[in-house]
Amino acid sequence: MAGLATALGSGAMTNSIAEISGAKTILAIGTNTTQAHPVLALQVKKAARNGAGLIVANPKKIDLCRHATIHLQHRPGTDVALLMGMIKVIVDEGLADLDYIATRCENFEQFLASLAEFNLDAVAAITGVDQELIAAAARLYGSEQPAATLYCMGITQHSHGTDNVWAIANLGLITGNVGIPHGGVNPLRGQNNVQGSCDMGGLPDVYPGYQKVDNPDAQQKFEAAWGVKLSETPGLTHSEIFDKIHEGTIKSLYLVGENPYLSEANASHAIEAMEKIDFLVVQDIFLTETAQLADVVLPAATFAEKDGTFTNTERRIQRVRAAIAPRGEAKEDWRIVTEIARRMGAPGFDYNTPAEIMAEIAALTPSYGGITYERLEEGGLQWPCPTIDHPGTPILHTERFSTASGKARLMPLSFRESAELPDNEFPLLLTTDRSLFHYHTGSMTRRVEGLEQLVSEEFVKINPADAAHLALVDGEMVQVSSRRGTTTAKTKLTAVCPPGLVSMTFHFAESPTNMLTNAALDPIAKIPETKVCAVRVEKMTA
Amino acid sequence: MNPVTITIDGLAIPAQEGMTILQAAQANGLYIPNLCNHPDLDPAGLCRVCVVKIDDWKIAISCKQPVKEGMVVSTEDPEVQRVRKNTVELLVANHPMTCLTCERDGNCELQRVARYVGLEPTDLNRYRRSVRSLPMDRSNPFFEIDHAKCILCGICVRTCDEIQNINAIDFVKRGVASLIGTMGNKPIAESRCESCGECVVRCPTAALSPRHRVQPMREVKSICSYCGVGCGIRLGVRGDQIVGVQGDRENPVNGGSLCVKGRFGYHFINHPERLQKPLVRKDGELVEAEWDEALDLIAEKFSQHKGEQFAALASARITNEDNYLIQKFTRAVMGTNTIDHCARL
Repeated sequence: MAGLATALGSGAMTNSIAEISGAKTILAIGTNTTQAHPVLALQVKKAARNGAGLIVANPKKIDLCRHATIHLQHRPGTDVALLMGMIKVIVDEGLADLDYIATRCENFEQFLASLAEFNLDAVAAITGVDQELIAAAARLYGSEQPAATLYCMGITQHSHGTDNVWAIANLGLITGNVGIPHGGVNPLRGQNNVQGSCDMGGLPDVYPGYQKVDNPDAQQKFEAAWGVKLSETPGLTHSEIFDKIHEGTIKSLYLVGENPYLSEANASHAIEAMEKIDFLVVQDIFLTETAQLADVVLPAATFAEKDGTFTNTERRIQRVRAAIAPRGEAKEDWRIVTEIARRMGAPGFDYNTPAEIMAEIAALTPSYGGITYERLEEGGLQWPCPTIDHPGTPILHTERFSTASGKARLMPLSFRESAELPDNEFPLLLTTDRSLFHYHTGSMTRRVEGLEQLVSEEFVKINPADAAHLALVDGEMVQVSSRRGTTTAKTKLTAVCPPGLVSMTFHFAESPTNMLTNAALDPIAKIPETKVCAVRVEKMTA
Repeated sequence: MNPVTITIDGLAIPAQEGMTILQAAQANGLYIPNLCNHPDLDPAGLCRVCVVKIDDWKIAISCKQPVKEGMVVSTEDPEVQRVRKNTVELLVANHPMTCLTCERDGNCELQRVARYVGLEPTDLNRYRRSVRSLPMDRSNPFFEIDHAKCILCGICVRTCDEIQNINAIDFVKRGVASLIGTMGNKPIAESRCESCGECVVRCPTAALSPRHRVQPMREVKSICSYCGVGCGIRLGVRGDQIVGVQGDRENPVNGGSLCVKGRFGYHFINHPERLQKPLVRKDGELVEAEWDEALDLIAEKFSQHKGEQFAALASARITNEDNYLIQKFTRAVMGTNTIDHCARL
């Protein structure tokens, strides 16, 4: 998200979900859309059915490949080379939109220079994809417009995830596809309100609406609104927080609706931190693996038990409504926070309803300025929606980009390998994915009997050739190890994974995949490299 | 598309070139009995119930026949009545007569059509055959398939093809042995079915019906809490329980479509393991406590750990309002910007 914000000025889906089916070309890269975003995938399949070209770039032969015109099965972690290689073909063959570049983009000369290293010979060698296939994909994307790119965690969860995002933005810009209907650069956000929690300043460096904490104007604005002195020092990110707990600096952690026990890359580091910390408060709907480590556990209400808003991946703010009362003595999260704040004698937490909180959000967050509960009764609104009579913004950047200059920045890039590659000791590459039938760490879906009946355990998806080499049969329990830990799961022999690649989800506490993954961080977005790490798969020692 | 005017049973109605007669009728609030038609799907012309007479000579199926300027349509012509009644008689000839206990009683397209064409008790005997004795497919945990109630309209097959593009089911066998089945006619759970339930919501009878269905007393509009797509839903409520989830067809994001988690994954809400009271660790064990005790303890500890000794992890699962207050609390009360959440995971 930080990557897209640098290039375009905003780190969100540029277009709307309903537009996808109208695209002439779709590039789906690093997204297993039918599994992770099944209803959005209907739009992609509809476009393909109507004759749009669908390019699926994925190391695995995912379900979406059934509908694809071209499947680029590149080696995990080589997205920059693949995309820059496509861009070079587009530029060399005169398919770049030079008018668009001249009027809407900057930094084109430096960008052109950086393309030199991405000739097709080199790109094919790095990615393992046939030259002609890369060229064909480039020609399709460069000539059949509007072209939309969809991407997800397969792009971002890398130690060079920001570079990957920049490469995607470059491709969209060079072909003039950003800021037009049915086109765009579209990150698919994984969780129901991940867009909203970013918008609301649930990040260490920004207030609501991405107003920087180290910007004195923003600081003064929030100091005046909240009536307190605020820190201008950006805070720590997710993984840095666990480091600082280990170092003994952070003594209290207030953890709401999250299960790092299973979701954190190199999970044992996080688990040890939570065991060690002086005071851990967990607020959740179930006694999760993480909550079991807490000093205090607070029972929260589910989405069906509270009023509020979620913001979806296309920036649409929609109303969530209380259908039933919270179970037992559970309370809405916002109410719990007000009660803690009041007990600490803090002023400014006397809210009676979520609508009052939204009024304060709207007053302080320019992109939410026109949002009220009354308006949301009529349906959702897409930000930016700065004023009460603004209709919302289905497509971003139609006239200017939200950067300082108003132009998008083409980013020169060079290829970098993933932090950890297979070697003799750990010869296979592990990537993580998700199942259609479960969600994140499974605290909700694993309590749904029917879903559990459909899929109830982890599988290590492995190519039959690799399995034969290791003398493994389908459904055999195996041990999977990396430099950081070990877990066990059953094998599933499948050609979905090419030789050399194995894949696991992280939904199952019995097979905690994130014991294996690498916490190597992208230097800018601070996202861990859960999509690539080296592992060894072995028979169980009896 | 050019506007045209057609006449149905003496009533002049506006239509658009490219529409079928049935679409024009429906757009004007007129009912022509039909079974295999669904607004989300291409017309199939399978059930032959929607027959009409055009320009006083030609019998046609209205779901396939395009409108033309000046076209005169009759839905009550004696020949039309005879043909469609006969068709419906054949459709109910082997249908189970268990309407009273059927999930779809009162909300069944076959019942509606039978009533409309004026089926009499004596008509039921003319072609009466025994009910098909095929075993029910109960392999899927969320819905079941009762072939005896299937009228072979193919709406499920076309939904799985045209909308979902999954093609888990199709017509199997031929003639009187025809049925809806999977590749190799295996149980649905062994097919490529993704359990989205889109076929179930479109089935005109109870051939496909949700298991453990409880009729809601009221419905509340909301948004699905799983992935970031943000599908509109209607939560079915009975007493203090969530008893079902329907797609909200008015929502522009999903237009009513849902996936398996969104439609069927709601049982966690009423799950007995839900936390219902605060827990406080005492002598190494988490034990139930009153809110006052838990909140006082938190306030005391947090007061000791202000500034860089404090960190908050908010959540991509909770509302904007929840998140706003957690970051406000962290910044304004705890005096630090160390707040983050699981956006990167």
